Amino acid sequence: MVYSLPEEVLEHVFSFITSDKDRNVVSVVCKSWYEIERKCRRKVFIGNCYSVSPGIMIRRFPEVRSVELKGKPHFADFNLVPEGWGGYACSWIDKMSRAYPWLEEIRLKWMVVTDESLELISTSFKNYKVLVLASCEGFSTDGLSAIAANCRNLRELDLQESEVMDSSGHWLSHFPDTFTSLESLNISCLGSEVSFSALERLVARSPNLKTLRLNRAVPLGKLSTLLQQAPQLVELGTGAYLSGVRSDVYSALSKAFLGCKELKGLSGFWDVDPSYLPAFYSVCSRLTTLNLSYATIRSPDITKVISLCPNLQRLLVLDHIEDSGLNALALSCKNLQELRVFPSYLYVADANVTLTEQGLVSVSQGCSKLQSVLYFCHQMSNSALITIAKNRPNLTCFRLCIIEPRTPDYLTHEPLDIGFGAIVKHCKNLNRLSLSGLLTDRVFEYIGTHAKKLDMLSIAFAGDSDLGLHHVLSGCEILKKLEIRDCPFGDTALLANVAKLATMRSLWMSSCAVSIGACKILSRKMPMLNVEVTDENGTLDPKLDSCLVEKLYVYRTVAGPRSDMPGYIWTMDRDSANKI
Amino acid sequence: MLVHNKESDGKNDAVVVAVGGWIVIRRVDVDPPPFFFHLVYAKLCFPFSCQQTLSFSMSISLQKHDYIIHSPQQKMEQNQELNLKATELRLGLPGSESPERNTTGGGGMKNLVSGAKRGFSDTINFVKNGGFLGENKNPNSVKDSVVSSSPKHGDHTQASVAASKAQVVGWPPIRSFRKNSMAAKNTKNEDDPNVEIGSCVYVKVSMDGAPYLRKVDLKIYSSYLDLSSALGKMFSSFTLGQHGTHGSSESPLMDLLNGSEYVLTYEDKDGDLMLVGDVPWDMFTGSCKRMRIMKSSDAIGLAPRVTEKCKNSN
Repeated sequence: MVYSLPEEVLEHVFSFITSDKDRNVVSVVCKSWYEIERKCRRKVFIGNCYSVSPGIMIRRFPEVRSVELKGKPHFADFNLVPEGWGGYACSWIDKMSRAYPWLEEIRLKWMVVTDESLELISTSFKNYKVLVLASCEGFSTDGLSAIAANCRNLRELDLQESEVMDSSGHWLSHFPDTFTSLESLNISCLGSEVSFSALERLVARSPNLKTLRLNRAVPLGKLSTLLQQAPQLVELGTGAYLSGVRSDVYSALSKAFLGCKELKGLSGFWDVDPSYLPAFYSVCSRLTTLNLSYATIRSPDITKVISLCPNLQRLLVLDHIEDSGLNALALSCKNLQELRVFPSYLYVADANVTLTEQGLVSVSQGCSKLQSVLYFCHQMSNSALITIAKNRPNLTCFRLCIIEPRTPDYLTHEPLDIGFGAIVKHCKNLNRLSLSGLLTDRVFEYIGTHAKKLDMLSIAFAGDSDLGLHHVLSGCEILKKLEIRDCPFGDTALLANVAKLATMRSLWMSSCAVSIGACKILSRKMPMLNVEVTDENGTLDPKLDSCLVEKLYVYRTVAGPRSDMPGYIWTMDRDSANKI
Repeated sequence: MLVHNKESDGKNDAVVVAVGGWIVIRRVDVDPPPFFFHLVYAKLCFPFSCQQTLSFSMSISLQKHDYIIHSPQQKMEQNQELNLKATELRLGLPGSESPERNTTGGGGMKNLVSGAKRGFSDTINFVKNGGFLGENKNPNSVKDSVVSSSPKHGDHTQASVAASKAQVVGWPPIRSFRKNSMAAKNTKNEDDPNVEIGSCVYVKVSMDGAPYLRKVDLKIYSSYLDLSSALGKMFSSFTLGQHGTHGSSESPLMDLLNGSEYVLTYEDKDGDLMLVGDVPWDMFTGSCKRMRIMKSSDAIGLAPRVTEKCKNSN
């Protein structure tokens, strides 16, 4: 570069660029920009913790303040990833504790975190502010006690859906009395009671507290006390939402909600007594997020609530809402952007719920800003999908789960290929798609042809042959995450698209038709990939190339094969693929 | 269906076709005109049944380099960029020109992208050099770890059996946290003593005179016999009478019942107290809300002995 701005100026300019993608683009412009950018990067996001090593990250980015890591594959959420798979955070936390004394934020998802690591976090970083452990495991309230006791400037502690081994309810009391900086607390996953008095005192001395998500054990009677201490709350997750017949609880609660003028998001609602619902009607007009997905209340009650929420942008609900409730949603909530409808049949025997594809069609018609859908139902038709696609070309995330695998169009008994085909054809900005129902290779042809912006695709019990997988791998140009289970996809498609795999974050294939021989070839051809094969049952004979692999996880990496796998997972050895 | 074809030189033409998930390699004598290649299905004499019809025929237009992946037209244009690379004969191992692993992530990104293209053409070369087809035209080509035989029919069945087993695991795709929360929720709900966690149905079992109740998962039993022997074991410590020596010795509980001490009853969906054993097992597991081992003296008026198993209820 002949003309170049001084380094300080460039650094200042770069400081306005916060998005990871933009930063990555900046870093490849030229060598000097790469150097300047790496020294001033503050935030690092690593979507697969095994794609790079802590050492590499630290060497490249010396001034990081915030790190976000993801560990296990997404299918870990559904028990498809075996115990002991990996995703251990401790080597990361260990190295960061030495290299980044000024680290402020750590966000981990699907990782295994120990109490020792939590203790290390609490003592290593002088200005530690944010700890988010989403769907993590391996730690107990002892680790939380350390965080509480030592992180004087903590702003956010979020244990979203983690599995916490509860050993004491008193960890909250470890926050010193001088600690007043808390802005966000999410303990909704904790199974046992926390000390309520400690919680109350903590809330009372946290004037900046904006988000508070309680666990089920916090009784409704205490909720009003907390709300009175924190009327500035923006997001609230209730505990159990029932209390026997206590009119004093109701009136106190109602009064407390009246005082919460900033409340925009409500969640929790475990064990709801419908007679207490009106207590929060006063905040409904301001609500933008409502999560009733644990509440087994019936459609009329749900409908009443949502009809009071014209500003609702995000709704999570059980299928108890039924088509009638969804029709009401379509009429009342014109700003709706995201809808998630979860199935209740697994938990409530004889729920007698009338939720069909019609509900989703109504919402697609009435809610013009709808972008993101997660919908569990029992029946679907191509015509409904086509209608939805034409109504809502602005969809960016479409996840449909027809509960019985391989269910055809219930009207025509055809596969649902053209329905999903319409979705990918009309919704040009679709970046996430989950398929279900009876599907042939055709749907993958449509996906490969039209879904050019697709970033993540989930496939289950679909397709006829390798051609299906080939269409996806060869057609979806920016596909990053592909997870497949129980499909007849195998070696041919995989080996015809090996280069594609290096452009993706990861590929998961379980109960498909991939042979160990193909894995060996893949590993040899693509040294930048880790090809991990799982054989929990011990039936895999590594010398028999035609032996099918139970689970295959392929991901690109610059860190080489990992060494923390359990015995039944192997990385295909690229140097001598004949022996494992 | 996916077709790989080598550049035809008249000598070792082979076609790999994958149909319905099987990979089959067939040699055909094909002498195509330079820029055009027809593949007629019937010529391949497939002994296997195919999902597609056998009269399917494909024409694939080639450019100079004669590599084929059956793909839509637009892909062909993209492929043309790789012309030159693809036609180069290579002596190295396929994949030997993959990019060096760059330890610096940023530069690595670029290399990965360009390496991806090269990797793709490597695939073509791999196919061309016969590596994929198991031939050793090239002395340095991959030797024997090539998929040279189709997964057998048995394997396919194995895969589908595995698939039906796997349906139970992780389907429908609901987060464990949600599943556990909803299940835990229901154990507290008085109105709904049944909890279904995935494929379990837990019901309470009480026994008159016993200090506490038990819970059993009805789904793990396959018959009344199973259930009664399990219950017998569970409650054996509470019984005062003799068992096992007389009466029909099908199960300890049956013995208890035959000993006229206790009767096994259950509460159904409608809240009625019913005698266990009248209806088919599956109907029972679907309608049973809780069970009660009643003292016979309290059961006066209920149906006669449980040994009548063939009664059908309406």
